[in-house]
Amino acid sequence: MKRYRHAASGLLVPLAVLALWQLLASRGWVNATILPSPTQVLVRWWAYLRPLEAFDPTQGSYLRWCFSGELIQDAAGSLYRVLTGFLLGAGLALPLGLAMGYSRLAYGLFNPLIQVLRPIPPIAFIPLSILWFGLGNPPAIFLITIGAFFPVLMNTVTGVQTVDSIYLRVGRNLGASRWTQFTRIILPAATPYIFTGARIGMGTAFIVVIVSEMIAVNNGLGYRILEAREYLWSDKIIAGMFTIGLLGLGIDTVMSRLSSYLLKWHRGLEQG
Amino acid sequence: MSESAHISIRGLSKVFQSGGQEVCALSGIDLELARGEFVCLLGPSGCGKSTLLNAVAGFSLPTSGTITVDGSIITEPGPDRGMVFQEYALFPWMTVEQNVAFGLQIKKVPRPAIRSKVDGLLAMLHLDEFRKRYPKDLSGGMRQRVAIARVLAIDSPILLMDEPFGALDALTRRNLQDELLRLWTELRKTVLFVTHSIEEALYLADRIVVMTYRPGTLKRELAVDLPRPRDVAGPAFNALKKELSGWLMEEQSRHNLEEFRGATGD
Repeated sequence: MKRYRHAASGLLVPLAVLALWQLLASRGWVNATILPSPTQVLVRWWAYLRPLEAFDPTQGSYLRWCFSGELIQDAAGSLYRVLTGFLLGAGLALPLGLAMGYSRLAYGLFNPLIQVLRPIPPIAFIPLSILWFGLGNPPAIFLITIGAFFPVLMNTVTGVQTVDSIYLRVGRNLGASRWTQFTRIILPAATPYIFTGARIGMGTAFIVVIVSEMIAVNNGLGYRILEAREYLWSDKIIAGMFTIGLLGLGIDTVMSRLSSYLLKWHRGLEQG
Repeated sequence: MSESAHISIRGLSKVFQSGGQEVCALSGIDLELARGEFVCLLGPSGCGKSTLLNAVAGFSLPTSGTITVDGSIITEPGPDRGMVFQEYALFPWMTVEQNVAFGLQIKKVPRPAIRSKVDGLLAMLHLDEFRKRYPKDLSGGMRQRVAIARVLAIDSPILLMDEPFGALDALTRRNLQDELLRLWTELRKTVLFVTHSIEEALYLADRIVVMTYRPGTLKRELAVDLPRPRDVAGPAFNALKKELSGWLMEEQSRHNLEEFRGATGD
C-alpha cells in the first residue's frame, strides 16, 4: 500500500507539468510550431514508431515488420554504436588500467600522456575523426570509444591502487604467487571501482553517440532529431528526445542491476 | 639455547625510518618457542609486539638478528606460519567456504580433498550454516572464526595471532578464547599470540613475555602453570594478574617519565 502511495506521489509532478504544457499549447498561448502539445507529440511518436509500410508476408516475417519502424531502426543504430564503442573503449582501458595500477613502471610510462589527453572532450575529436574515418559508423564509434575509455581507465587504476594491503598480506601469508594475488585478490577487490568507471563510461558513450550522429552519421536518434529541425517538426524532435532519455535510462538500469548482482558481496561505500 | 626450539629469535632489532628520524622499534630480542607451546606477547600499544609478530611472519625483515623456524632463517612470508589478523581480513568477495578453501587452492590440493577439509573445518568452528554467506553478513565473532578456519586449512605448524579478539565484545571474546584453546589442545600448534590484555594472556598462555616500550625489548617472562580451563576469579589467577599489572604499570610510568623529560627538553 505504502509502495503504491510512493509511486503515486512520484507521478504528481510529471502529471502537473504535462497538464500545464497541454494547457499552454491548447489555449494557443505558445506557438504550436515551437512547442507542440503533449498529445501532438504522442501522436507523432506513435507514427515514428509504426512500420512505414503495410505488412507484406513476401517481404519477411511479421516480427521483422513490427521492428521496421523508423524509431526502432534509429534506436537500434544508436544502441549498436554505443555498445560497440563502449566495448572497444572499456576493452582497451581495462588491461591498461590494471597494468598502470599494478606496476609503477607502467604508471610512470603512460600517465603523462593520459593526463594530457584526458581533459580533451571527446567532442573535440570530431574534426580529426571525420578526417581519419570519413562519415558513417567508424568516426562515431571512434568518438564513443574515446568517451568510454577514460572513465574506465581512471577508475580501474584507482581501484587497483587502493586495494587494501591487508588482503595482499593475507595472500602472501597463505603462499599465493604473484599471479594468484593479481587474479584472485587485486582484480576482485578492484571490481567496485571498475564497475563505477564502466557506468560513467557508458553515460559518456551515450552522450557522444547523439552528438556524433548529429555530425557524422545519417541515421540514429541524434541524426533524426536534427533532421526533424530542418522541417520544423518540433513534435518529432521532442518524441526523439524522450526516446533518447528512455534508452539512456534503460541502459543505466541494466548496468546498475548487473553491477549490483555481480557485487552482491560488496557492502557499499563504507566497505572495510 | 635448546636445539629443539621450534621458533628461535636471536639478537633481533628493528629500526624504522620515520620523517628522517630513526625509530628503534625493537632491540636485542631473544626468544625461543618450543614446539606446541602457547606464548603470549604482552605489552602496551605501540611497544612493538606487532612488529615482532610481523617479523616472524616474514612481512618485515629485521634490521639485525635472525629468526629461524626449524633451524632455517626466515626471509619471506609463507604458509608454514599462518597468521590471524585483528581486522579479520577476510576476502569480502568470497563466501565463507571460498575464504576457507583459498589457501588449499593455492596449494593445488585436489578438489574433493579441499571439499572434505573445508567441510571438516566449518563443522569444527560451527560455521556450517553460514558457508554460503559473504563476510559482510557475519558478526565480528563469526568473521574471526572464518579467519581461524582459513588459516587452519593450510595446516601450518605455527599460528601467529595479532590481537585477534581485540575488537570483540567480552562474551564473544571468551567464547573464542575457549574455542582456540580447544583447537590448540587438539592440533598442538606452536602459537605466538599478541595481546594487550593481561587477563587474555593469563587465560591462554603457557608463557607470557612482557615487552617494554620504545625500544621494544623483552622485560620479563612469566610461566603460567595453572591448569586449564583457568578460573579467572580464582586466587592464583588474581595473584598472577596483580604481578603482571605491576610490571606493566612500572613500564608505563617509566615511559611516561621519559616522555615528560623529552617534552621539557631535559
